[in-house]
Amino acid sequence: MKKAGIIMIIGSLLLLGLFKFPLWNIMLGAPQYPNPLGMDIYIKGIQGVQEFDIQNIDGLNHYIGMKTIPEPKDMWEFQVFPMVIGAMVALGVLIGLLGFFGKVSYKWFLGWFLFMSVLGIMGMYDFNSWLLEYGTDLNPKAIMKLLNPDGTPMSYKPPLIGYQKMLNFDVDSWPATGAYMMFVGMMLTIVAFFVGKKEYKKSN
Amino acid sequence: MKRTINILVSIIMVAGLVSCNNGGNKRGNKGQGGLATNAAEKVYVAPGEHDEFYAFVSGGFSGQLSVYGLPSGRLFKVIPVFSQDPEKAYGYNEESKPMLETSYGFVPWGDSHHPDISQTNGELDGRWVFINENNTPRIARIDLTTFETAEILEVPNSAGNHSSSFVTENTEYVVAGTRFSVPIPQRDMPIKDYKGNFKGALSFISVDPESGSMAIKFQLLMPGFDYDLSHPGRDKSHGWFFFTTYNTEEANTLLEVNASQNDKDFIAAVNWKKIEEYVNNGGGTKVPANYAHNVYNDETHSATSTMLKEVLTVNPLDVPGAVYFLPTPKSPHGCDVDPTGEYIVGNGKLSADLTVHSFTKMLDAIEKKKFDGEAYGIPILKFEDVLAGVVKQPGLGPLHTEFDGKGNAYTTFFISSEVVKWKLGTWEVVDRQPVFYSVGHGMIPGGNSRKPFGKYFVALNKITKDRYLPTGPEVTQSAQLFDITGDKMELLLDFPTIGEPHYAAGIPAEIVAKNSKQIFKLSENKHPYATLTDGDARVERKGNEVHIYMTMIRSHFNPDNIEGVKVGDKVFFHVTNHEQDYDVPHGISMIGANTSELLIMPGQTETFIWYPKQPGVWPFYCPDFCSALHQEMQGYVRVSPAGSNTELKFSLGED
Repeated sequence: MKKAGIIMIIGSLLLLGLFKFPLWNIMLGAPQYPNPLGMDIYIKGIQGVQEFDIQNIDGLNHYIGMKTIPEPKDMWEFQVFPMVIGAMVALGVLIGLLGFFGKVSYKWFLGWFLFMSVLGIMGMYDFNSWLLEYGTDLNPKAIMKLLNPDGTPMSYKPPLIGYQKMLNFDVDSWPATGAYMMFVGMMLTIVAFFVGKKEYKKSN
Repeated sequence: MKRTINILVSIIMVAGLVSCNNGGNKRGNKGQGGLATNAAEKVYVAPGEHDEFYAFVSGGFSGQLSVYGLPSGRLFKVIPVFSQDPEKAYGYNEESKPMLETSYGFVPWGDSHHPDISQTNGELDGRWVFINENNTPRIARIDLTTFETAEILEVPNSAGNHSSSFVTENTEYVVAGTRFSVPIPQRDMPIKDYKGNFKGALSFISVDPESGSMAIKFQLLMPGFDYDLSHPGRDKSHGWFFFTTYNTEEANTLLEVNASQNDKDFIAAVNWKKIEEYVNNGGGTKVPANYAHNVYNDETHSATSTMLKEVLTVNPLDVPGAVYFLPTPKSPHGCDVDPTGEYIVGNGKLSADLTVHSFTKMLDAIEKKKFDGEAYGIPILKFEDVLAGVVKQPGLGPLHTEFDGKGNAYTTFFISSEVVKWKLGTWEVVDRQPVFYSVGHGMIPGGNSRKPFGKYFVALNKITKDRYLPTGPEVTQSAQLFDITGDKMELLLDFPTIGEPHYAAGIPAEIVAKNSKQIFKLSENKHPYATLTDGDARVERKGNEVHIYMTMIRSHFNPDNIEGVKVGDKVFFHVTNHEQDYDVPHGISMIGANTSELLIMPGQTETFIWYPKQPGVWPFYCPDFCSALHQEMQGYVRVSPAGSNTELKFSLGED
């Protein structure tokens, strides 16, 4: 299971990209912002795409009463996510190594993938609920209080994924480099599973 | 019926085409009809698209420098340089007032003439624009990252700073020559004793290659002629500078007659490298002087003015071989050197012909000492020995020549109101086009450098008369844009200009646009009265001075209500724009303030002073429509009678 072990290790290591590259990106364009404002969401915090984007997004959001974009210390996720990813990389590499030396079954590779998928879905769910809270928990003294046609207060929740028109803004929310690296890495662990299975069958 | 109209329209349009074509070469024709050519298409820059070139056009007696786009002729900005500008608070706010200090005190106005863009290896590098002030001699440097005046240096011993401000190939020097000779040092003496006693100072101002900072390296004290215009040598003639002269008669009255008597005046050829070496070896005489050096700092957002007390002068006779006179027919105005550096064009404004000197022949004549006498000890070269050629009868009143880098020269003719294209070397006239009217300078982007961008020629006209809708006795000044890519120049566009467009400097937009700043970083703001955080916003009293440390951001002032100000106080508003977003300036204006508004860019701090005169509650507001809540951006100052003891208070957002 040498080949499968190596693939497993490479796949797991690709998750390290999340420490360097953003997981998600949200861009806000408008007539007054031909050069759109943008947020890069990292596992350790949120940064502007350009130097002053966060300050400028906060400046705009104050009209509609949204809270300022959280600092890393304001959200437990930004402490926990790096630890979880770090642990999963370590676990993946360990399983890969054990697999390489034939100490564990290829099924562990699939196990890691499933565990990671569960964590990922939980992460997405958490992210979405934060977006929902951020977009709907508005200051009652907001300068502009806008209602939907049915009379309910307008939500400013950005889409979890995809495009949405919000007032004068075109909002695009898409996975970024870190997420793509994670996706490729996780796919590799599946590949490792099948390669491992093949190698196992061949050797028996 | 509809069909009839269509046919009628077609006939009218065809008639228009025909008449435009026929009229193309007729004198007095109001330009070439747009239908006959695709002129409209050539100058059309679609909404949202950018122009291909920047054109920096002097404002003449407005004292400013305007920024246009070519080929559209659209005005982008008027950069305040030598005159106060209440729109931008230039010369009104406390920060920029020192920029207009001179040895004569605060001078609120200037006469700006000849912009020239900095160069590296003889090519435009787009870092700075230099421009001269003619009346109270000064040279300004405009920074092309901020498009603001960064520095102004007064030029002592000069008067009518006209043969300025042209830069050498690597911006080693920006040169400022005097038009009027004067007693040096200035003294009380009879005007009739002008001849032999007045001197003309040619100032070589060094430019720091990194910071751009200017300093007078030396002043060459020449005979008392009028030094009209100048041009640095290029390429092979790099190291030399050429100045046209008139009034070599040294007349002091009724110059229009008395200074037009000599058959030939001179072009003074100055070997500045030789003088630089002489000065670097300790040559020259330091003399007392008094002149202002004003520098604006982008971190303190403030200018300082320093009076300098000494200048180094050089007597040309002390540096043998440094200066020669090239006889040039009749009161030459423009002095232009072609991109190869070989040809020196003397635009003899009262001559029927155009004289071109050869640099190679000049060196040869100097080497062989082919002199034709001397003037005040300076050798005069023989006209025939330095002459490269003559453009015969090209027009009347030649003023200036630009080059396209393809072997063609374009000379403007004031009296016959035309621009004439001729070939370097053969001296044949290949095209002429009327201009409307009486062109002064012409400009090809890079047209006075080693590498011209020979696509457009801009005629900078002195008279417009009937070219635009009338606006009373005073009508606009104007420029005209020609396409010079073909054999024939084609008039594309007329566009109005600010003040009088003496000279202009053009440059491909791509060289400059990428360096243009969008904001000033608040974190780099070192203004002594900056308010960097909202928590620092405050009001302090020092005797009868009240200092308001105020911030502004969409869409409020902090503080917005101030009490405890009294009649007789001197109230300083130190206002910091906390925006860090592109194109979000804020302004502030106070009812009855005897000064201008402030217009503050993101990250900047500016100050104005207000003297409250009556008790009451007086509002201030933001005069720049900054945001959806711009109208809410306001505040009040409560003014109590002198001697009252209203407590000093300030607030924001209190109910």
